[in-house]
Amino acid sequence: MVKLTINNKPIEVEEGTTVLEAAKKLGIDIPTMCIHGSMEPYGACRVCMVEVCSGKWSKLQTSCTYPVSEGLEVLTDSERAIKARKFIIELLLARCPNSKEIRALAARLGVEKSRFRTIDPEEKCILCGLCVRTCKELISSSAISFINRGIDRAVETPFKIDSDACIGCGACVFVCPTGAIKVEDIEGKRKLEKWHTELELAKCADCGEYFTTIKELDRVIDKLGLPKDMFTSCSACKRKKLRKNLSISI
Amino acid sequence: MLKTTRKNIEKEVDKIVDSYDAKITGSISILQDIQSRYNHLPKEALMRMGKRLDMPLSQVFSLATYYKAFTLKPRGKHLISVCMGTACHVRGAPKLANAIQKKLALRSGETTKDGNFTLELVNCLGACALGPLLVIDGKYYSKVDADKIDPILKIYKPASKSAKKKR
Amino acid sequence: MKRIDSISQLEKTKTALADKRDPSKTCITVCKGTGCSASGGAGVADRFITEIKKKKLAGKVSVRTTGCHGFCEQGPLVVVHPKGIFYNKVSDNDVSEILSKTVVGGEVIERLLYIDPATGKRIVYEKDVPFYKKQTRLLFGNNGKIDPTDIEDYVALGGYGSLGKALSKMAPGDIIDTVKGSGLRGRGGGGFSTGKKWASCQKAHGTEKYIICNADEGDPGAFQDRSLLEGNPHSVLEGMIIGAYAIGAREGYIYVRNEYPLAVKHIRVAIKQAGESGFIGKNILGSDFSFTIKVNRGGGAFVCGESSALFASIEGRLGEPRFKHVHATEKGLWDKPTVLNNVKTWATIPIVIDKGADWFARIGTDRSKGTMIFSLVGKINNTGLAEVPMGITLHKLIFDIGGGIPNGKRFKAVQTGGPSGGCIPEKLLDLQVDYEGLTEAGSMMGSGSFIIMDEDTCMVDIAKYFLSFTMDESCGKCTPCREGTMHMYNILKDITEGKATMEDLDTLEDLGRMIKETSLCQLGTSAPNPILSTLRYFKSEYEAHIKDKKCPTGVCRKLLQYSIDKEKCTGCTVCAKKCPVSAISGEKKKAHKIDKEICTKCGVCYEVCKFDAVKAG
Repeated sequence: MVKLTINNKPIEVEEGTTVLEAAKKLGIDIPTMCIHGSMEPYGACRVCMVEVCSGKWSKLQTSCTYPVSEGLEVLTDSERAIKARKFIIELLLARCPNSKEIRALAARLGVEKSRFRTIDPEEKCILCGLCVRTCKELISSSAISFINRGIDRAVETPFKIDSDACIGCGACVFVCPTGAIKVEDIEGKRKLEKWHTELELAKCADCGEYFTTIKELDRVIDKLGLPKDMFTSCSACKRKKLRKNLSISI
Repeated sequence: MLKTTRKNIEKEVDKIVDSYDAKITGSISILQDIQSRYNHLPKEALMRMGKRLDMPLSQVFSLATYYKAFTLKPRGKHLISVCMGTACHVRGAPKLANAIQKKLALRSGETTKDGNFTLELVNCLGACALGPLLVIDGKYYSKVDADKIDPILKIYKPASKSAKKKR
Repeated sequence: MKRIDSISQLEKTKTALADKRDPSKTCITVCKGTGCSASGGAGVADRFITEIKKKKLAGKVSVRTTGCHGFCEQGPLVVVHPKGIFYNKVSDNDVSEILSKTVVGGEVIERLLYIDPATGKRIVYEKDVPFYKKQTRLLFGNNGKIDPTDIEDYVALGGYGSLGKALSKMAPGDIIDTVKGSGLRGRGGGGFSTGKKWASCQKAHGTEKYIICNADEGDPGAFQDRSLLEGNPHSVLEGMIIGAYAIGAREGYIYVRNEYPLAVKHIRVAIKQAGESGFIGKNILGSDFSFTIKVNRGGGAFVCGESSALFASIEGRLGEPRFKHVHATEKGLWDKPTVLNNVKTWATIPIVIDKGADWFARIGTDRSKGTMIFSLVGKINNTGLAEVPMGITLHKLIFDIGGGIPNGKRFKAVQTGGPSGGCIPEKLLDLQVDYEGLTEAGSMMGSGSFIIMDEDTCMVDIAKYFLSFTMDESCGKCTPCREGTMHMYNILKDITEGKATMEDLDTLEDLGRMIKETSLCQLGTSAPNPILSTLRYFKSEYEAHIKDKKCPTGVCRKLLQYSIDKEKCTGCTVCAKKCPVSAISGEKKKAHKIDKEICTKCGVCYEVCKFDAVKAG
C-alpha cells in the first residue's frame, strides 16, 4: 500500500493506482476526456492535469497516467493546475466550438470563450483516440486508425473508403465523448458515415425486426463457438422465449 | 517497364517482407523498400504487407501517412527536394523554394502534369555548408540561387518535349 | 581482414597493418563526405585513380577516400601526405597537375592553397589551418585518416583496441565506473550522465536488454552524427559493443535517418566487416560475449528522436511518444531495459576506455567534460564542424574558429539546440558553452548545432521558421502541442504580415509558457523555446512589426513598401512586365511608378531591376 495526499487529504491506495483513481476514492472530481475504464490510459487530451509535488520539485502531470508513490502530494486545485486545465479546454473549444460536450466542460471550468482561432466550426472530434483503441483493443477489428500527423491528424479507415474490417458494432459511437461519430439504421442497412461504411442488418427470425449487422453476428458466433441457430432472434425475443420456457418448466 | 499487376506486386512485396524476416520491427524499412521500388506506396502492396506481417491494414495505412518519406500518390520521374533547414533558410531557401514553385507551377508534394518532376520541400538534409541546397534524384546541387534553377532543371527535362516546347 | 579470435591476435593484426602503411610513401586523401561530394569530391577521387594509372604512378602514390573532415565550406578537400599539404576547392581538372607537380615534382601549387581570411596569407599545411588548429579533435581526428569502408584502416590506427582492453582487463562494473568517472554526459542534448544511465540499466531486472544508437539526427543545422557515421562508423560500433558488454545486452540497434543514404551505406558495410572480423557476432574476440547490431531506418519524423517514439518506431508501431513514468533503462524497447545513446556519445566511449576516466575528465569544465562537436552554419565564414573542449566561449568558437561573419556584417545572434533551443544575443558572446551555460541563457546544447545570424536576419522570421518546423513535426497526439503550435504559428504569421496587435503578443507568450507546461513529450515542451528566447532578447523587434508595421531587417515582405527611385529608373519596363498584378505603370524610357493599392508586395520588381531603382523599406 502507498500513502499520499491529495489536496492535503491523506489516502492509502494500492501500488499501481493512478492519481486519478485515488482522487476518485476521495470524491475529488477531475475532468477527463480520453480515458475509459476498460482500456489503458492514453494521456493525450490532457484535461485531467494536476500538480504533483514530491520533496523539492513540483510539476504538472496527467492524473490518468501518473502512478501514485509514497509521500506524493497532489494538488488538483492549485492555481497552476487550474490554469493548465483551463488552457487545454480553451484549445479544445477553439477546435470544436459547436460541440455540446466541450462547451459544457468549458463552462464548468470557467471558460466562456477561446482566444484562439477556429479552423472548422463543424469539427467535433478531439482526437482522444477512444474509438481507435476500442476498435482495436476491445473489438479486435482495427477498422480505423489515426492517419497523418500534427494538425492534420485524423481518425480514418484505410484509404478513406468503406472498411472491410468494420463489423458495424457501434462501439466507437458509444465511447466517443463528443458525439463525433454517428450511426444510423435505415432500410435494412447500418450506416456509419464517418467510416464510409454500410452493412447489412440481420432480421429477427421471430419478430422480423432488424437487430444487428450480419457481420457482427458472424463475429459473435465465431468468437463464442456456439451453434448458429442460437443467434437468429433479437435479444428481446430471446428473453421472451426464455421466460416462456422457464414458466413451462416450473 | 515495371509490371504492376496485383500478382506481381504481391510477389515483390513478399520478397521485401521476407528480407526482413517477415517481422513487424522491419515495417518502416519495408515501406521504404516498397516506396523505392514503385516510387510510391501502391494500395495492393500495403494490403499484401499487412497480410504478411499479420498487421491490420488500418495500422499499415497509419504508418504510411504518418512518416514524411512516404507517399500514396505516384511520384514523378525526378524528385526535386529543396532543403528548408535552418542554415539554408538564413541563406535564402525560402526564395529558392518560391522560385521553383513558381517555375514548375507546383506546390510541395505535387507532380507536374507530364509526370516529370515531383517537388518536395524537406527538412534539413545535413549538408548545411552547401545551402541553399537542392537535391534531384539524390544528386546535390549546392549554393543554388534563382538564376541557377533553369540550367539545373534542363538536365532533367525529357529531350523530345523540351525541344518541342520552346517558350 | 581475417577473423580475429583473441586479444593477442588483435594486437598482432594491428601491428602488421600499421607496418604495411609506409609513412614515407605519398598518400593522397580525398574527402568524399556528403559536403565535399556535392561540391565535386566524388569526381576528384575517381579522377585521381584514373590519372595515377595513366601516369603509371601506382607504386609511388596511393589514394584514400575519406569521410568528412569538417571544413565543408572549402570542399572538395585534398591532402597530400606525408607532408600534409592542404588543397581546397579542388576540381577534377586540378588532379593531373597535383600529381605531376606536387607528387612527382615536390612542388606546392599556390593556387589551390587555402587563404586565411584573417591574415590574407596562404597556408600550406593542414595542421596550420586556423579552423583546425584551434580544435581538439578526439572524435573527429581520424576522419581524415581512414577509409570508412575499410576496417583495416580503423584497426591499423588502434581501432577496436578499447574493446580488447574492456573484454580482457575490465569487468562490466569497471567499465561503468570508468564511464561514470569520466563525467561523460549524453551528447544528444539531454546531458544525462552516461555512466549513471548504464549503471541503472545494468542493475535492471531481466536478461534481455538492448543497446540503441540514436542516429535520427533531426535538428536542422546539425550534421555531426551524419559525418561520424559516414567518416568513422567503426568508432560508433566499438562504443556500442563495449556498452553492450557492460550492461549485458546481446542485441543492438542503430536508428538512422533515411535521409542519410551514405551514412546508412557505411554503417552497413562496417557492421558486415566487423562481423567478419569477429568484433560483432558470437564469441567476440574469443570471449563468451556475443552481440549483434541491426540497422533500422527512420521514415522521416523528427519526433522519433524522442526515446519512446524511437522505441515504438523500431518495434514497427506508430512513432508517437508515450507517457513514461519509468526510465527506459528499466522499460525501453519492447518494455525491456534499454540504453539509448547518441552517435557522438557512443563514439566517445572507445576514447574514454583507452585513455581512462581521469584523462577525459581533465578536458572541459567542472560540469561538462570532454569535447563537443559543433556545427557552424548560417552566416559564418567557415561553415563546417568544429570539435572543441566544453567551456569554450561563444566568441572563440564563432570568431576564432568560425572565422566570423561574412561580408563585413555584424553578428546578431546564434541559435543553438535546434527547434528546441533558443537564440543567444551578441551581449552574451563571452558565455562559456556547456550544458548549463546554454540552458541558463534560455537555450540548450541539443545536438550542438550553431546557426549564426547576422544583422540582416529577422528574429521574428526565425521564430516563425522554427514554429513552422515543430508544427509540421508534431505527432498530433496531445492537445497542447498539436493545437498550440498551430496557434503560435498563426500569431507569428500575423506579426510578420502586420496584422497582429500587442494583445496577440501577450497571447503568444502565454501560449508558449502553457505549451511548455502541459505537453506530453519533449518536442512539445521545448517547441516554444525559440519564441520565448527571442521575446526575451529581441522584444523590440516584435514590437516594431506590430506597432510600426515595419520589419527592421527588411525580411518580412508583407511589411515592405516598394517604390521606384525616379533618378535611377531608366524606364526599361522589365518590372512592369514581370509584375503579376500590373501594379507598375509608366512610359518606355521614363520613370515608372508602383500603385501601392494594387501592389501585393511579392518583390518581383525588386529582384528583376538591374539598375537598383526599386526600393524596399
